[in-house]
Amino acid sequence: MATEFVVHGITVTEADRRAAQRRVVRRRVGAVARYALLTVLAIVVLFPIYITIVNSLLSPSQIAARPPVLFPTDPTWGAYADAWNQGSMSRYLVNSVIVTTLIVVAQIVTATLAAYAFAFLEFPFKRTLFLVFLATLMVPFEVTIITNLTTVVNLGWYNTYAGLAVPFLATGFGAFLLRQAFLGVPGDLRDAAALDGYGHLRFMVRVAVPLARPAMAALAVFSFLGAWNQYLWPLIVTKDARYRTLQIGLRQLRATSIDQVNVTFAGVVIAALPLLILLVIFQKQLVRGLTAGAVKG
Amino acid sequence: MTATRFWNRRRREAGLGYLMLAPSLLVFSVFVFYPFLRNFYLGFFRTPPFPGLPQRYVGFDQYREVLTSSYFTNSMRVTVLFALLTVPTGIILGLLLAMLANQQLRGIGWYRTIFSSTVATSVAVASVIFGTLLNPQVGLLPWLGISTTPSILENPKYALLAVAVTTIWQNLGLSFIVMSSGLQAIPDEIIEASEVDGAGSGLRFFRVTLPLLSPTVFFAVVVGSIVAFQSFGQIDLLTQGGPLQKTNVLTYAIYTALRGEQNEGKAAVLSVALFLVTLVLTIAQMRILERRVHYGD
Amino acid sequence: MARVVLDHVTKRFGDVTAVDDLSLEVEDREFLVLLGPSGCGKSTALRMIAGLESLTEGRIAIGDRVVNDVEPKDRDIAMVFQSYALYPHMSVARNIEFPLRSRKVPEPERGPLVQEAARALGLTDLLDRKPAQVSGGQRQRVALARAIVRRPAAFLMDEPLSNLDAKLRVQTRAELIELQRRLDATVIYVTHDQVEAMTMGHRIAIMNDGVLQQVGPPQSVYERPANLFVARFIGAPPMNTIQGRVLGEGDDTVLATPGGRIPVPAGLGAAARTASTGEVVVGVRPEHLEVDPDGPLEAQVAVIESLGHERHVVCRIGDEPLVIVRQAADEPRPAEGSALRLRAAVDGIHLFDAATGARLEAQA
Repeated sequence: MATEFVVHGITVTEADRRAAQRRVVRRRVGAVARYALLTVLAIVVLFPIYITIVNSLLSPSQIAARPPVLFPTDPTWGAYADAWNQGSMSRYLVNSVIVTTLIVVAQIVTATLAAYAFAFLEFPFKRTLFLVFLATLMVPFEVTIITNLTTVVNLGWYNTYAGLAVPFLATGFGAFLLRQAFLGVPGDLRDAAALDGYGHLRFMVRVAVPLARPAMAALAVFSFLGAWNQYLWPLIVTKDARYRTLQIGLRQLRATSIDQVNVTFAGVVIAALPLLILLVIFQKQLVRGLTAGAVKG
Repeated sequence: MTATRFWNRRRREAGLGYLMLAPSLLVFSVFVFYPFLRNFYLGFFRTPPFPGLPQRYVGFDQYREVLTSSYFTNSMRVTVLFALLTVPTGIILGLLLAMLANQQLRGIGWYRTIFSSTVATSVAVASVIFGTLLNPQVGLLPWLGISTTPSILENPKYALLAVAVTTIWQNLGLSFIVMSSGLQAIPDEIIEASEVDGAGSGLRFFRVTLPLLSPTVFFAVVVGSIVAFQSFGQIDLLTQGGPLQKTNVLTYAIYTALRGEQNEGKAAVLSVALFLVTLVLTIAQMRILERRVHYGD
Repeated sequence: MARVVLDHVTKRFGDVTAVDDLSLEVEDREFLVLLGPSGCGKSTALRMIAGLESLTEGRIAIGDRVVNDVEPKDRDIAMVFQSYALYPHMSVARNIEFPLRSRKVPEPERGPLVQEAARALGLTDLLDRKPAQVSGGQRQRVALARAIVRRPAAFLMDEPLSNLDAKLRVQTRAELIELQRRLDATVIYVTHDQVEAMTMGHRIAIMNDGVLQQVGPPQSVYERPANLFVARFIGAPPMNTIQGRVLGEGDDTVLATPGGRIPVPAGLGAAARTASTGEVVVGVRPEHLEVDPDGPLEAQVAVIESLGHERHVVCRIGDEPLVIVRQAADEPRPAEGSALRLRAAVDGIHLFDAATGARLEAQA
């Protein structure tokens, strides 16, 4: 067959059309394959979380059933009540909230003060002191726990909120991050503020901090995650449910409800839920906080 | 600003500067530097078998004893093996997911959310989930009809692998987020130029994408190694260092020495070892790997 | 080398139509400039030719093939991006070599081709440097070398000069024209700078809001703009425009403007009367206006700009936007603020429908 149609003198033959159609089909098949791969991987990633949620809503008999129950058609919420009350998850949650808030607030305050001093003030040994701050990043936590435990015990802070929070009230990383942000404040702004008679406190609160908001949010996320997910220190420094944090509480719960898988899983959901909710809301800050330093190397 | 004005300013602001640094420095001195230094010192003293008896100064004997023991060499081996299992795998998987989720497909946002979701899980959450799933009585495998004797976590051949899988899964979200940020930092026009230049996907990935991603990968390797060497929670929750010391990473050995055996001296020596190993590794990585990192303009 | 044809090409992004029914034929060995303001769709059109953007409707052909679903790498085109898009981690030589490697050109052949391309663009001394180590102008030439090393059917260039400083831009413009002539290449060149368009193109295609306004050689686009948009866009200083109402019949057609009544020749008068609302926009280029004490237009001098070889007399006619008159430096200089009278050369008067902006032609 000759021509299908003529476009400005270009003839498009039947063969060309079939070739074009093949290309389109190939592209569509490629897209389907890509979606299939993505979906399989998504299922693999979500599977443990899915199992957890499902099993937390099943009764013990359903959990033991073979073939396994994959969807809770008749959800029972008893496990959550058990975990919350007898399992003390409610108490653990409160403890985590208190300790994390203490740490995050303290870290933001101390880091802001230190970063401001490094960025806007001049004083002897400034460079050396900054290196001191950076040096704290090099000291791994495990090296300090032995003495810190002794210190905390001697101060009478064993098994208290103070003992849980105090070693983490300052952060070298936070000071570094905020100093970078403060250094980005244009010099003109400082001069204008000085002309307007702004003292350091006012400048810090009214100008520097608002301008550094992205970095501060990133630091808040970073501190929050670090404090919330702490494991080794709370394990060492607490001994009963009054002060145990969520992560250690989960450990305890698992031991006490070893036969009741649904209760254990309910505890897991309770432990994971706050983070999940916060991270859905603060997605952007999360990404920034986690990658601070990653992309620039 | 003239020289005299500068030096006057330095003196004036010194007071305020030091004041703003004071809170951080106080925390650092008491809870970072003092414990760090004291740790070396503690290694020189053998802890008595019963509390109340004085510590005995033994010089470097304790260092020598502990560091040449087979207990220590096993622990080192396990730690290194654990890092080798988790760090490269985590990066490769994170990169794979990031590349797949970087395509322009409809609904790709959902996949991105799913792939980042494990960032909301803590070590405790992930370990309890996997620990319960692998439990021979009530776990997933009997659920699926597979029975294993002994259970995977009690099998010296597979225990470390199981802990590694748990860790990789838990870190997947973070790895995905970091790699995605690195990918998105590559300018679109460079990828388009490589498409026009005729590069197939293989050539494009290895010669263009990967080199431009190298700062991010480098960051992930360095930080990932440090974190792997400091892993504790998953060991504590899944295997407690066993079976047969096959998962006895250094941090767990330190914990056992401190809380289990009440042997401060031994714990101090082990933590010094951890610090030195991490330091040497990080320096080695910076020397060797950074040379191969291509920083873009 | 080959020709490129766009046949009723449309691109929609959701509700936004970026390119609207664009039909254009680029001849073999032609230097065609796609000109227009930001957001007019010229870059989108170029990207569709490259295959970096899919078509919503229409067809694109390169050479004798319809390439709608063909991958960019199989279209036999090369592209120079606005930001050059050089591979920062590769040396200049490797950057130039990359297209050859991608197409599996055998190794012994690659070296000489790279050398040739480097020589054509004066880069032989820079081959071992990285992009970050060479200047902006040199980077641009590396991008060009990378494009020519393969001898593709067509070159696509997306505002390649806009990141250069003014002096370098003028120099590189000349080099680009020379390169195209030497290679006898088909080039499709996107820019928003009408000076570049006028000096470089064999033909200019002007776009606005996704719609093609006019295609033609620079001189005809300059002398006979198809509508008000083109008239105002081409030419520096831009064409003056004055509102006018059509009065009179036949040989006595006159245009009533705020500055006075301008007589028009019969042919143009007939055209003027076809205006949909009876209102026209009179366009006169600055070089077709002169100061004449007997002229029909009353104006007041606002400002005089002296450019050395010539003078721009900026005047106000009624409430209209400012009108510029070009005067040679040796003519008498009017005083600022003074009133004077202007005459428009008869063949320098363009008429546009005030409502549609379309050109009103004299019937042959």
